[in-house]
Amino acid sequence: MLYWDYAAAAPPYDEVVETVEQIMRLHYANPSSLHRAGMEAERLITRAREVCAAALAVQPHEILFTSGATESNNLAIKGAALQYQGRGRHIVTTQLEHPSVYESCRQLRELGWEVTFVAPASTGIVDPADIAAAIRPDTVLVSVMHVNNEIGTVQPLREIGQGIKAVNRRTLFHVDGVQGYGKLETRLKEWQAELYSLSPHKIRGPRGTGILVVREGTALFPLLTGGSHEHGNRAGTENVAGIVASAKAVRMSGERREDLRRQLIPLRNRLLHFIAAMPELVLNSREDGAPHIVHFSYPGMKGEVLARKLEELGMTVSTRSACSSRLAEPSRILLSMGRDVPAALGGIRISLGDIHTEADAALLEQALLAAVQSLKKAEGGMK
Amino acid sequence: MKDIENGFADESGPGTTRSIEYADMLLLRFGEFTLKGKNRSRFEKTVLRHVKEMIRPFPKVTLSKEFGRIYVQLNGEPAEELADVLRNVFGIASISPVKVSLSDFDDILAVSQNFLRIAAPPAGTTFKVNVRRVWKEFPYGSIEMNKLISTPLLQSYPGLLVDVKSPQMELRIEIREGHTYIFCENIAGVGGFPLGTNGKAMLLLSGGIDSPVAGWSSMRRGLEVECVHFYSFPYTSELARQKVVDLTRVLSRYAGVIKLHLVPFTEVQTSFTGIGQDNLIITLMRRAMLRIATRLAEREGALALVTGESLGQVASQTLSSMNVIGRATPLPLLRPLVMMDKSEIVELSKTVGTYDLSILPYEDCCTLFVPKSPTTNPNLRIVDKIEATLPGYSALLDAAVAGTETVTITPYGDEKPSDVVPAQAGLQEEWF
Repeated sequence: MLYWDYAAAAPPYDEVVETVEQIMRLHYANPSSLHRAGMEAERLITRAREVCAAALAVQPHEILFTSGATESNNLAIKGAALQYQGRGRHIVTTQLEHPSVYESCRQLRELGWEVTFVAPASTGIVDPADIAAAIRPDTVLVSVMHVNNEIGTVQPLREIGQGIKAVNRRTLFHVDGVQGYGKLETRLKEWQAELYSLSPHKIRGPRGTGILVVREGTALFPLLTGGSHEHGNRAGTENVAGIVASAKAVRMSGERREDLRRQLIPLRNRLLHFIAAMPELVLNSREDGAPHIVHFSYPGMKGEVLARKLEELGMTVSTRSACSSRLAEPSRILLSMGRDVPAALGGIRISLGDIHTEADAALLEQALLAAVQSLKKAEGGMK
Repeated sequence: MKDIENGFADESGPGTTRSIEYADMLLLRFGEFTLKGKNRSRFEKTVLRHVKEMIRPFPKVTLSKEFGRIYVQLNGEPAEELADVLRNVFGIASISPVKVSLSDFDDILAVSQNFLRIAAPPAGTTFKVNVRRVWKEFPYGSIEMNKLISTPLLQSYPGLLVDVKSPQMELRIEIREGHTYIFCENIAGVGGFPLGTNGKAMLLLSGGIDSPVAGWSSMRRGLEVECVHFYSFPYTSELARQKVVDLTRVLSRYAGVIKLHLVPFTEVQTSFTGIGQDNLIITLMRRAMLRIATRLAEREGALALVTGESLGQVASQTLSSMNVIGRATPLPLLRPLVMMDKSEIVELSKTVGTYDLSILPYEDCCTLFVPKSPTTNPNLRIVDKIEATLPGYSALLDAAVAGTETVTITPYGDEKPSDVVPAQAGLQEEWF
């Protein structure tokens, strides 16, 4: 079985697994405890903060550990909205966002905030001018993802950041960096982003830990209270093993970024070309997108059917972002790009990692060919 | 509503601050000691050594020195971070981010025009070009060049007003053999004397707000400091000791390296609690500290003690207390903060970078065993008598000096003192 779902969850590095095990055995003390063992656990977290900060070119006190990127995104959006509601009650985001951003914004809308969901072009890329045009004097926050989790398009964050600050310099900028980190350069200063979410388990780290960068000068209204953990921004006993191993994954994936790109881009391009040549399939990813995501639709065939067929042929793929894949609805992302409902129902995401080789890609191509051949007879009959 | 409107206002000044992002070089100028005749070359060498120490995290940087200046070639290292580090080097009066062009008229003009576009001064900014021709073979003289450069600049960037007396923006161009330096911004350095050029002193470092600032002030005047910290485990925690290590590490950013002496003070301190003179405990304790620090100073070749005392701040810092306490040492007792207000000290500690550490809520030995009403007016005769009759007093001081641990702290190192309580699992760097 070949695993092609790195964008949903990447297998942890061996070193990460070892670190988690060793720390769970040795450092079970509560980092808030005053005794020696507690202080040592706290020291591990401090060091992890330094390692993450160095990898992201920020200050250690700007790193906040959470339970995952979903919490990071929730905290960034709701925490900023609640903290700065005196500035206004308007938020700008895009129709491409991950559900944890999208739903957070919708929740705020239910509470009376106004939310502008900017649509992307048919390319799946948002025009910075559209974001800037949506900014108002009372816009508290803009949230835009770095790389779309479904189709892998890269958003022009530098231009978006410039546009935001040119209209309203007090508007905060949150970047959901989950699919970008370790594949593309992370340049928070250049983007002028105050908030940045990261998910270690997408970069071969452990599950259950997330990172939120909160740049100095930005405050968040805590969503979890009950202790002064994480500088009072997020209560809860720290997951020491997860935090240390996350720092390791952030460091390693950051260091290996260029190698990974060099490895994945040719693989991705050959898959893109192969799929483009199959008349039944429509590509949704682009060559200027992230190096690890290839997304296509099989109009007239439900994505899940093709996914099951591919699984039978030994290939594990996703239909779309894992967080939405249980929904039997057309993809919101594809619809926002102007795809029709059959195409938006038939999406398949292949996501690559460092284990994949040209030989694996060849096997995947053969499996795709075989799957489409065998499903072709039922094409259109599945609606 | 007013608040929101402010959000749109551009608060930055006449745009010059942005020139740093495009610099290829930083020009460092020496401070007041340029006036001092014979010591000059020693002072300049000290600054250069300090600069070298500070640029260690930036391996691509190269340095060159000439009269009154140091040139820092960035070679791709970040200008802003370097300027932040180097402005803290004592003896440096100012820093200019420099854009380098060839010493060729067309190139100088093109780079100047680009420079102006990047600096983007708003319309109405008063402006002046100031050319210095150091390389006399360049075909145009300084005065001639002022005109030749400023005329096309003013044409291509309308909205600037010429003011040769006191311009808001002065574009300076230095033509040298091979290269020409173009700059306009002056970032103030911290000034003072090069590190260690005025001798060495022992700093009594408690972990509060004042003593680190006193240490920084001393270093700025060219004193080399070694820190002395008194700890009273188990009355004070490991965290308090770690805090002092961290504070010393912040100070070491200004010095490259600092020695920290950790004195076990529990026995000395507790010997004062049983004598029935609770209001004198602080006085006795401070005197004991000065005595121990004096011994360490003699051992280390330091010629003074530095404290963070500020007149009248607490009972032990009244003039009477200072008089009685200060007599415990024959060394000069330097109190850089003695006439400063607390709020000024707090501001300085934020600038120095020690404030956030200083306010961590760990008890140190100065806040231990504090009596309800410590005396503000101790009687020297009584204090002398108590000390003379305290059984084993000098042996206790000897033991404290003998038990002192010395750690050498560097800005980016992880040196730490040995543990009072044995370590548990510890931190393994391979986990990260």
